[in-house]
Amino acid sequence: MTTIITILFFAVAYGMILYLISVGLSVTMGLMGFVNLAHGVFAMLGGYVTVMMMNRLGVPFLPALAIGCVLVAMLGFVLERTLYRHLYGRSELDQVLFSIGLVLVSVAIVRIVWGPLAQPMQLPEYLKGQVSIAGITLPAYRLALVGFGTAVIAGLWFMFDRTLFGARIRAAVDNRAMAQSIGINTSRLFSLAFGLGTGLAALGGGLGADVLAIAPAYPLQYIVYFLIVVAVGGLGDIKGPFVAALVIGLADTLCRYFLPEAGSIFIFAFVFLVLLWRPNGIIERR
Amino acid sequence: MTTIPAPPVAVIAAPSGLARLLQLVPWFVVAGLPLVLPGYEPLAMQVFVMILFALSLDLLVGYAGIVTLGHAGLFGMGAYTAGILSVHGVTDPIVTALAAMVVAALTGLVFGAAMLRTKGLTLLMLTMAAAFLLYEIANKATGLTGGEDGLQGVSFTPVLGLFAFDFRGKTAFFYSLVALFLVFTFVRILINSPFGWSLRGIRENDARMVAIGCPILQRRVVAYVISAALAGLAGALQAQTTQFVALHSLSFELSGNILIMLILGGSGRLYGAFVGVPAFMFAQDLLAKQDPANWFLGQGIILIAMVMLAPGGMLGIAERAMAAIKRRLS
Repeated sequence: MTTIITILFFAVAYGMILYLISVGLSVTMGLMGFVNLAHGVFAMLGGYVTVMMMNRLGVPFLPALAIGCVLVAMLGFVLERTLYRHLYGRSELDQVLFSIGLVLVSVAIVRIVWGPLAQPMQLPEYLKGQVSIAGITLPAYRLALVGFGTAVIAGLWFMFDRTLFGARIRAAVDNRAMAQSIGINTSRLFSLAFGLGTGLAALGGGLGADVLAIAPAYPLQYIVYFLIVVAVGGLGDIKGPFVAALVIGLADTLCRYFLPEAGSIFIFAFVFLVLLWRPNGIIERR
Repeated sequence: MTTIPAPPVAVIAAPSGLARLLQLVPWFVVAGLPLVLPGYEPLAMQVFVMILFALSLDLLVGYAGIVTLGHAGLFGMGAYTAGILSVHGVTDPIVTALAAMVVAALTGLVFGAAMLRTKGLTLLMLTMAAAFLLYEIANKATGLTGGEDGLQGVSFTPVLGLFAFDFRGKTAFFYSLVALFLVFTFVRILINSPFGWSLRGIRENDARMVAIGCPILQRRVVAYVISAALAGLAGALQAQTTQFVALHSLSFELSGNILIMLILGGSGRLYGAFVGVPAFMFAQDLLAKQDPANWFLGQGIILIAMVMLAPGGMLGIAERAMAAIKRRLS
């Protein structure tokens, strides 16, 4: 019983990381209709900045996360302004190729700057041990991860559902032309949403550096998981991907524990069937 | 009332007898290469196999407008079919190549019939998930595929019982060149047939094709199955000419690379594969020698620059240059 709870807990922690990284992708894909295979790059960069700050400069965990998040959000904002926006009207193929190009460039740069090996995160003392709650011991790091993730997600949902900025994003996802005609500056909205999404990805990358190892191949290795979360969760939504991320996290973790010889076969078969059954994601919008 | 000018109609002039013969010249030049450049046969046959693979992808990406990130799944199915048959005693190259085509075509039929009902991101994800699924199965079914070590002990009997696969790669060179020529001829006939034109119609405007009574799902599935069979053939050729099958033949990396090779040359242009594949492999050889990071960087910059500045790949650039020269002259 304890084992099952521990496994479930690990699955939730994993799902939360997947969600934090992918939610920005869902919003930007839904807003701009841009097929962005380079989203993992921002998570990786967030991870690198966080880990380097902590390991080399001795910055504490939370400030390092915040710095990574802000820096990468700024980078995302700039890239949206300079490169991405020229490709919004272009074919899916062009967008795919462009974002693969961006992935390759980032992989090369990261490899040149930080070398080909994975960068392990040196956790602060207070996150190293175990915490026991009601007789179940859980690693402190995962516990903090789930707690922090929940707080960020709560903030994000509040912003999306209750603030003017969130309402504008929802309006632009539903009908961009109409949103524009009632005076919403969609061009600026896109840049801000893109920056926000990349910042969240960076946060997820840094927070999850111990779950998804930070190495140059990161954006290639995990992009399929981020895309799965978005495709299964539905575009332009922030709650669908949450369900999808938890389901994927759960399925992947359970498979690894109970059916290690099957590897990821079930995950991909499952995704294939879900997408055939509900091509627009598991949660039908309206 | 203004009259709307008729859209330009592409006129396909049937090539004259002489022009047809002239088109064969490059093939004979390439076939003569081993006389001039001995020792390059193993590299050349790799190029032929990849061109064949890229041609099969061009049918989907360039003509039918189906973007796939999992084409290596079909290539790998062909490679493993040929390899596994050879390990189990079926070693005739042509028989195994045909078997590989059939298996890849059936795989394409099963996945294609399911996937091609969707489009956009969903279709892209499905093509990726399908290929990852096949990769994982091959990775775990170690008894059949050798898993991560690859399939060992692959060997084939002489082609037509006459030409043995030799250590210098002469037979493999001509064998893959002939296969490429046959496939090229087939693809050229196919894309100029009414079927080929209906694919372009679906690519340009599927709603209108439905309106004029074209069964678009069926056409897309047929195109997918044909492309799968050709990709499977390419895979089988690779297994036969290198006598080895590795997991890489099913990988996402290969799916991405073949797409890049095709786009680099120019998709939907039939000759794009012939330009893009050698250019890619040459650049890879040049840049990856010192550090793989250089190769990633070069490749990434070229891709971004091409999408931003020069859509249509190398052939697209050549076409625009030719058009500019013509305008200047007239």
